[in-house]
Amino acid sequence: MTAAVKSDFLATLLAGRPPADGGDAMSRLRARAIERAGALTVPNTRDEDWRFTDISPLTKLSLHPIATATALGATDIQPFLLADAPCRLVFVDGIYAPQLSTPASGAVSVSSLFAAQSSPLVAAQLGRLAAFEHNAFTALNTSFVSDGACVLLSRGAEAPQTVHLLFIATRNDVACHPRCLVVAGAGSRATVIEDYVALNDGAALTNAVGEFALEDDAQLTHIRVQRESAAAFHIGHTAVSLARGSRYHGVNVSFGARLSRYNLEVVQTAEGGECEIGGLALVDGNRHADTHTTIDHTMPHGVSRQSHKCIVGGSAHAVFNGRIVVRKGAQQTNSAQSSRNLLLSDRARVDTKPQLEIFADDVKCAHGATVGQLESDEVFYLQSRGLSDAVARSLLTFAFGAEILRSIPSAELRRRLEQLVLAQTERT
Amino acid sequence: MIRQDSKTLLEVRGLRATVNGIEILKGMDLTVKSGEVHAIMGPNGSGKSTFAKVLAGHPAYVVTGGTVLFEGKDLFALAPEERARAGLFLGFQYPIEIPGVANAQFLRLAYNTVQTQRGKDELDPLEFDDFVREKMKLLEMNPDFLDRSVNEGFSGGEKKRNEILQMALLEPRVAILDETDSGLDIDALRIVAGGVNQLANKDNAIVLVTHYQRLLNYIEPDYVHVTEAGRIIKTGPKALALELESRGYDWVSAEHGAGAAV
Repeated sequence: MTAAVKSDFLATLLAGRPPADGGDAMSRLRARAIERAGALTVPNTRDEDWRFTDISPLTKLSLHPIATATALGATDIQPFLLADAPCRLVFVDGIYAPQLSTPASGAVSVSSLFAAQSSPLVAAQLGRLAAFEHNAFTALNTSFVSDGACVLLSRGAEAPQTVHLLFIATRNDVACHPRCLVVAGAGSRATVIEDYVALNDGAALTNAVGEFALEDDAQLTHIRVQRESAAAFHIGHTAVSLARGSRYHGVNVSFGARLSRYNLEVVQTAEGGECEIGGLALVDGNRHADTHTTIDHTMPHGVSRQSHKCIVGGSAHAVFNGRIVVRKGAQQTNSAQSSRNLLLSDRARVDTKPQLEIFADDVKCAHGATVGQLESDEVFYLQSRGLSDAVARSLLTFAFGAEILRSIPSAELRRRLEQLVLAQTERT
Repeated sequence: MIRQDSKTLLEVRGLRATVNGIEILKGMDLTVKSGEVHAIMGPNGSGKSTFAKVLAGHPAYVVTGGTVLFEGKDLFALAPEERARAGLFLGFQYPIEIPGVANAQFLRLAYNTVQTQRGKDELDPLEFDDFVREKMKLLEMNPDFLDRSVNEGFSGGEKKRNEILQMALLEPRVAILDETDSGLDIDALRIVAGGVNQLANKDNAIVLVTHYQRLLNYIEPDYVHVTEAGRIIKTGPKALALELESRGYDWVSAEHGAGAAV
C-alpha cells in the first residue's frame, strides 16, 4: 500500500527525534507536534495542494537523522560567507556551529534558539505562526525543534548589520530540520538572509521552517536563498505575521535541489500591514521547483505586491501557486501579483496559478500570469550589436532573473546569485 | 560626401523579401560607397524599414531573391551578429528595453565582442568607463544612463541617443538608421543628428531611412531615394527631399508609372 509506505517514511524520520518529556516550552511544543505528525501522512498528488509535485522520489529514500555533527573549519565555509553580512549564525546539517558563528546580544539579539529559549518571546512565538495541524513536514520539523536560529529585535532596535543565517548541508542520506524564529519588536528594522547551501552532492532532505513575527511598524527584509545541491530535496515553510503598519520585504530564491517545495504564508493581522515579495525559481535538467504562497489580508488598508518568476530549462518543471485572500473586513486592500515564466526548452514545463479569494467589496486587486520564451526581437537586437545567439539568450535570461535579484540588499550575495543564473543559463 | 577614390561598401541587386509569406521587397537596388550619406524616403508601407531589417538579418523576414554584397562579400552568408562584427549597424526605430541589464554592461559586452572579432584588445570595466563617457559627450548624454537598465524607462529621445552611442562604440562601415528622427523633439533631433555627423567620415557610409525631410536639414544626404511598393523608383540629389516635402510622394509615383508605361 502506498499510504503505508508513506507513513513508514514519516515514522522512520520521527524515530530520531529528541525526547519530548521535559516541562519546558520547547518540549511541550515537540510533544504536540509529535502527536500530530503521527496522525498525518505525507502528501501525494491527489492532494490539491500537491497536484503538480510528486514527492515519491523523496519518500522512497531511506534517510537517517543526524547523530553527530560534521566538524567544519573556517576555510570550509569561506565560499559562503558574505563580507557585507558579518553577523552570522552557522548551522551544519541543522546543528548549530558556535565556533563558526558571530552571535550578537542586546537590543538586536542574534543567537541559537537553544540559547534564547528562556526568553518569554521565544516561549510565546515559537510554533505560533507555522501551523502544523495539516502540514506533515512542518509537524515533522516541529517534532525536532530543540535548536535553530533566533533573531530578537527589541522595540525600536535597528540591526546595524545584515544578519546571515547560513545552513550548510554536508552529508548525503540524512534528514535535517532547520528552524528560524525572528521577532521584530515595534518599530524595529533588520535585514535577515536565510541561506541554504551545500557541500555535499547527493540526496538529502532539508525540511526547514521559519517564523517571522513583525510587531507594529516593524520593517523586515528577509532574503531566503536555497542553493543546495542538484540532488537535494528541500521543503521550506515560512510564516509571516504583519502587525499594524509593519512592512515585510521578502525575496525567495530557489536555485538548487532535485525537488523543492517552498510554502510562504503571510498574514496581515492589523490595519495597514504591507508586504512586497519577489520570487525566483531557476530549474534545469529534470529538476522540480514548487512555490506556494498565501497572502492573507484580514484587516483594512493592507498592501501587497508580489512578483514571482520561474526560469525553466531542459525537461524541468516549475510550479507557482499564488493565493491572495482578502477577508470581509479587509476593505481598501491594495494587492498586485504577477507571475512571469520563461521556458528555455520545448520540454520545460510550468504550472502557474494565481488564486484570488476576495470577500471585501472595496479593494484593488490585480494579477497576471505569463508563460513564454525569449522574444525573437530582443534576441535580434542583441545580435545586431555583435552578440552571438547563445550569448544574447543567456543575457536576456539573466536579465529576466536579475529583475528579482536586484532588490537583494547584500551586493555580495546578489553578485553570487547573478553568477549562478549566468552559469546555469549558459549551460541550457 | 561623394568622392572619386571611394570604395563600394554595399551593393544591393534585385533584393526581394517576404514576411509571413507576403512579399514586401520586390527588387531593391542600391549602391553605397564610402564617404556617402544616403536617405531612403517613401510613404508608410513602401518597404523602407523592411529593407533596413532585412540587411541586418531580422529573423522574421525571408530573403527570396537578389544579392547583397557587403565590402564584396555575400551578406546573407553571415548571421546577424557576424554582420554586426563585419561593420554593419542598424539603428532601431524601436530600441528594445532590457530590464535587469545595466546599460554599461551591455555596451561593454557589445564593444568587446566586436573589438575581439576585429583582432583588437578588450577594455576592462574601468577603461571602458572612461572611453564610453567620452563618447557620451558627443550626444550630450548624462553618465547616469550607464547605470540604468538598457533603454528601460528611457524617453524616445534618450533611446535614440543610446542607439547612436552604440554606433559610436561599434564604429560600423555602414550604419543604417531606421527612422532615427521619429519621436524626437527639435533639440533631441539636433543632438542626435550632430552625433551622426561627427561619426560620418570618408571611410564609412550612412543610410538614413526616414519618412520626413526634417532630419535631412541636419544630416545632408548625397543621394535621396524614393521607395514605393518594395522598390526604389527614383533617386536624386538632396533637393529631391525638399521637393518631396512640398509636393508629397504622389507625383513621383505618377512619373514612375508614366515612365514605366513608355
